[in-house]
Amino acid sequence: MSEGLYSMEAKDYDKTLDLTKIKPYGDTMNDGKMQLSFTLPVPCGAEAIEAAKLLLKKMGLENPSVVYYRELTPGFTFVNCYGSCTHTVDYSTIYVPKVESTTMDMYETDKYIKENIGRKIVIVGASTGTDAHTVGIDAIMNMKGYAGHYGLERYEMIEAYNLGSQVPNEEFIAKGIELHADALLVSQTVTQKDVHIHNMTNFIELMEAEGLRDKMICCCGGARITHELAKELGFDAGFGMNTYADDVASFVVQEMVKRGMK
Amino acid sequence: MESKLGLDFKKVEYARGLAKNIADDVQAFCEQYTTVAVERTLARLMGIDGVDESDVPLPNVVVDAIKDKGVLGEGILFFIANAMIQTGLNPQQIAEKVAKGELDITKVVTRDQKLIADTLQPVIDESLNRIRTRRARREHYLETIGEGPKPYLYIIVATGNIYEDVVQAQAGARQGADIIAVIRTTGQSLLDYVPYGATTEGFGGTFATQENFRIMRKALDEVGEEVGRYIRLCNYCSGLCMPEIAIMGAFEGLDVMLNDALYGILFRDINMQRTLIDQYMSRIINGFAGVIINTGEDNYLTTADAVEAAHTVLASDLINEQLAKIAGLPEEQMGLGHAFEMDPMLENGFLMELAQAQMTREIFPNAPLKYMPPTKFMTGNIFRGHIQDALFNIIGIWTHQGLQLLGMPTEAIHTPFMSDRYLSIENARYIFNNMKDIGAEMEFKEGGICRQRAHLVLDNTIKLLEELVKEGLFTALEKGIFGDVKRPKNGGKGLAGVTLKAENYLNPFVELMKGKR
Repeated sequence: MSEGLYSMEAKDYDKTLDLTKIKPYGDTMNDGKMQLSFTLPVPCGAEAIEAAKLLLKKMGLENPSVVYYRELTPGFTFVNCYGSCTHTVDYSTIYVPKVESTTMDMYETDKYIKENIGRKIVIVGASTGTDAHTVGIDAIMNMKGYAGHYGLERYEMIEAYNLGSQVPNEEFIAKGIELHADALLVSQTVTQKDVHIHNMTNFIELMEAEGLRDKMICCCGGARITHELAKELGFDAGFGMNTYADDVASFVVQEMVKRGMK
Repeated sequence: MESKLGLDFKKVEYARGLAKNIADDVQAFCEQYTTVAVERTLARLMGIDGVDESDVPLPNVVVDAIKDKGVLGEGILFFIANAMIQTGLNPQQIAEKVAKGELDITKVVTRDQKLIADTLQPVIDESLNRIRTRRARREHYLETIGEGPKPYLYIIVATGNIYEDVVQAQAGARQGADIIAVIRTTGQSLLDYVPYGATTEGFGGTFATQENFRIMRKALDEVGEEVGRYIRLCNYCSGLCMPEIAIMGAFEGLDVMLNDALYGILFRDINMQRTLIDQYMSRIINGFAGVIINTGEDNYLTTADAVEAAHTVLASDLINEQLAKIAGLPEEQMGLGHAFEMDPMLENGFLMELAQAQMTREIFPNAPLKYMPPTKFMTGNIFRGHIQDALFNIIGIWTHQGLQLLGMPTEAIHTPFMSDRYLSIENARYIFNNMKDIGAEMEFKEGGICRQRAHLVLDNTIKLLEELVKEGLFTALEKGIFGDVKRPKNGGKGLAGVTLKAENYLNPFVELMKGKR
């Protein structure tokens, strides 16, 4: 299957980086190399390999090659493929909305709260709706934190309440009122059939109906959550992969100050 | 047996004794009570099944009928027996009449214990025989087509549609899986009833229903005969319907059941009284049906730190072992849980994981231990994730784990694709074959990292158990000793379904199932 260790393909394309026309990088600028693996619902054989190659071509990948294939069960063929992407994107004009706050560590945030707010702030979090996963909210809230980032419970100036999983939105909001929450954190892990979108939309609708939307800072988080999605749904911020308690706490306190919440 | 880790088995015996005290204390509490779930289970054992016009399961209909009259504590069997004597109908016909509002089963015609027992006996015998037949069918398969070697390869399917699950499960079996677990839909653990019939809609999993069990059992029997290996079916008897799911599994030939009250308390916020009472009945059924139970200690390490909290896993395993023993469940069916969950960036983390897995193996030599793969530190980097799973598999074969829950490179991204399962099974089979006898070849250095780690965990376990003996399990759960999660004794879901047993209460299945194998 392999042509050997050295690529013999002619490299007769422009090898200078142009940020208005970027494409994937393998080992040479603008070679466009991509790796893909997927399963086709057809029996294993030459036709399956050809189908995979045709699919890559349709996706804009030149010189498609199927480097490995295997029948997973009768009628399903798994392939590993490579190809060179012909498409480019203009990197220079991309705009992605981001959480606009400076990330501070725990000590800086505590100090910031003392100096700018002057009281302990209350943050209530939960994995809401039918979602049973606590991994996300725990990583943000538990004392221990995650990957070296202390959780909110450890902050001197934050009273953090982790309500756990499968908390109905109504109950979550009621608890937020009872605890005089400054910020509510909604964690969503399950995203099958967009169940998280429905649940988060419902949350914001309830907050608005209760007239609480402007009184509390609403954040959401989870592996599949982006800030852009969060803003679209009416949250103040969204925290996805590779964000930690520091990011959440920094945003909340700076947003509170910005809004003059005392 | 000599310990490869230099464990002091006198200490282990001492720890077991402490765990027994804790379990006996819990049991003394549980025996005074029954729950709506236990009574619905008894209704099912009477042959009551199906739903009413509004899709309410008939076991719920009859149990709610006595609960609404405030006589749940007398138990459903007392009233069913009375209704049978009074009407001459069978339990299913009685349930149907109750559903139509044509019969009040709380009317008592006799308290004569002998008459009641004689009335129930044929129905009881029929139910027990139904379970025995199922069990014999599994044993026959194991004797004829056989099974895969341990560690059994355990994979999950979770499409939400039972018919799609069948396709995934059969593909998994052909690739080498020994156990197929059908993940339940999100939220089912909090339903106080079991849905009815085949289902094709679910979130993050598929409803556990008796019909779905039947469909998957049939599919696995077919593929098992094709590949020449018995394929076990796993589901979840946890949540608010523990014993009900157990009996449905027993009727339909399930082989493995997640069955852990502590898990429900900590991670689903189920009321601790409710679920410990439910657990007792569910384990009795699982024991009788030859079902391997899985406990959920591995989950503690997803919320607490895997290095610091390792002793809570062992302590809980020891308590779970004793609770299972009380329910008559043999060691060979105790799939006690533990996990490979340390931060992969930790220096010598592998050695600590290895030490703990070996320690658990030596402390529970007859149990088919359930070993959970990394989840907490799976990051979306599927390439590193595949290597983390490989290290986990090395420990699985090295320390002879019983049920190897295969880690997927795409953990934390999506429910497994067909190809994810293939890659994971390939990973495990490669390592299990390539390193088959490593456990027999290797020894642990005297005074080395592994031995020291195991000794430390055991010592800390004993300290924790001593504390638990003083405080009792309920108080310990209120204090957040397991998984850093605190739960109040009267909080959580399902407490309203708990009631003290009253004067006429009877449940002959407890003794029949514990006594007669």
